[in-house]
Amino acid sequence: MSLLSVEHLESQFVTEDGIVKAVDDVSFEIANNETLGLVGESGCGKTVLALSILRLLSENTKTRGIIRYRGRDLLQLSEDDLMAIRGREIAQIFQNPLSSLNPVLTVGFQISEPFMLHQGLKRKAARIKAVEMLERVRIPLPEERAREYPHEFSGGMRQRAMIAMGLACKPSLIIADEPTRGLDVTIQAQVVELMKELIKESCASMLIITHDLSLAAELCDKIAVMYSGEILEYAGIQDFFRKPAHPYSKCFLESLPARGMKPIRGISPSLIDPPPGCRFCPRCDHAREECKHVHPDLMKVKEGQYARCHIYA
Amino acid sequence: MFFNFVKRLGIFCLVLIISTTLVFFMLHSLPGEKAVVMAKYIFLGSVELNPSNEEIQLVKDKFDLDRSLISQYISWAGAALHGDLGRSYKSNDPVSQEILIRLPATITLAFVSVLMSLFIGIPLGILAAVKQNSITDYICSSTAVLGISMPNFWLALLLMLVFSLKLNLTPTIGYGGLSHLILPAVTLGTASSAVIMRLTRSSMLEVMRQDYIRAARGKGLSRKSIFITHALRNALIPVITIIGLEFGHLLGGTVIIETIFAWPGIGRLLIDSISARDIPVIQGCVLFITLMYMLLNFAIDAVYPLIDPRIGGN
Repeated sequence: MSLLSVEHLESQFVTEDGIVKAVDDVSFEIANNETLGLVGESGCGKTVLALSILRLLSENTKTRGIIRYRGRDLLQLSEDDLMAIRGREIAQIFQNPLSSLNPVLTVGFQISEPFMLHQGLKRKAARIKAVEMLERVRIPLPEERAREYPHEFSGGMRQRAMIAMGLACKPSLIIADEPTRGLDVTIQAQVVELMKELIKESCASMLIITHDLSLAAELCDKIAVMYSGEILEYAGIQDFFRKPAHPYSKCFLESLPARGMKPIRGISPSLIDPPPGCRFCPRCDHAREECKHVHPDLMKVKEGQYARCHIYA
Repeated sequence: MFFNFVKRLGIFCLVLIISTTLVFFMLHSLPGEKAVVMAKYIFLGSVELNPSNEEIQLVKDKFDLDRSLISQYISWAGAALHGDLGRSYKSNDPVSQEILIRLPATITLAFVSVLMSLFIGIPLGILAAVKQNSITDYICSSTAVLGISMPNFWLALLLMLVFSLKLNLTPTIGYGGLSHLILPAVTLGTASSAVIMRLTRSSMLEVMRQDYIRAARGKGLSRKSIFITHALRNALIPVITIIGLEFGHLLGGTVIIETIFAWPGIGRLLIDSISARDIPVIQGCVLFITLMYMLLNFAIDAVYPLIDPRIGGN
């Protein structure tokens, strides 16, 4: 049985311009020890999807569907029950560590919080654990560093501190939202190496959200491609990079610097009023007449690979 | 850090010089011959009667009023630099003594009012933010609007009417025991509480939208502990600034409220000296008020790093 299964998830929020369907009928599964990469361009709903899982979105967001974790639907749990899962069973590593760390609390304290909360440790014991965590994410002089504030950390160290915080209580599932965003390339590589090791050590499942395909290639077992709020392709990592099924996935891969850096023409559609047929149709070179009118389902390409495209009907 | 301190000290002196100069020359451009007004107070004790020419000349001679303005200012400033603020024209007591006598009254009133605004404003602000858009929030917020909009002299009269005249619970005016303090402190505290409540509420709501609050929820913290450990300290940073300004304002004496309640503080001293053209006392008061503001600003700046580690420190 899968650890996490998301079925027909929808997240919408009301704005002045209309209802934004940031996540529209998304389903996927993550098995034990599996790392799923959720890739897509900016504004396709990746982050909203990530925040929907632990119900961390603001109150004006409507989330529907089923998010089954170890058999329990997270969307039906009470806030108290969910609090016991957040940080202990499912941890989230947030994007933008500078704004996600509280500026007036020491890094050490912020890492020690999950220990106090979920393992009932006293302040001192939790602090020792926090220093151990900083050491595990290879922050030099962890004793001293634990006493410092986020603004005294460099970008890469802040990201490590975020990772340390996420891994603190040995969660079974880690949701990492753009873990390498805003870091320069050498630091990115270090963070990726670190995450690889930590994933191996902790045997946790992971959902990695990124627009960086090379990061996904390094860390993930499976890839889900998100576009305009829905999943366009779902495939194993090998299949995805060798033989992407969806035209969008092909374009996405061709836009990589290593593969020609070819931009995808056009812009992604509005999340308020998406095209009635295939959402990628206006930008697709293989578009046919039916693509404009008929919304395609996720279709099986082969075992373990699915694509939302009429070609595979 | 040291350079910063020297710079601030420089600004401090500059502000003192500018404010005393401005006030000095403004006083001399007030309508009404100064010597005449002063003679009325000194010899006649009343504004109704007109002093004789001899009396006016006597005043002019005694206080050197025939000299040029600039030389009058320079001799005042020179003495002030040596700590001598001169003597009151009216009572002939040293100005510093006049101020010191009234200081306890002003400090007591200011302190109690600020304390009141802290204990009412901050908790209600937090409550309104925690229960945003609920009945509690609406009641707190609309009461605050009322508190800010009410002119304080009107509130003072209203409180006197209800608590002194009708209910006979407190003395109407005067200075003495704790019971005298209640009405003026409540009057001043109401407006400050309202300002601080609204600021605390909006600052709290602003903080609650930050990423680190979401991250704290993601860790599994309860709403309560998020408010206490993660939101409160961040939300209080702007509140501290306003409390400092409010305190400075009150320490300078509140002219209207002290007058209404016959509260013998700096504000009363200032208004009495202005009508008597008691220039040394006015100058002394202005100097004192400016000094109070600046010292409080210094104090607030010293408090910031304790709350926000991003400010100051190393």
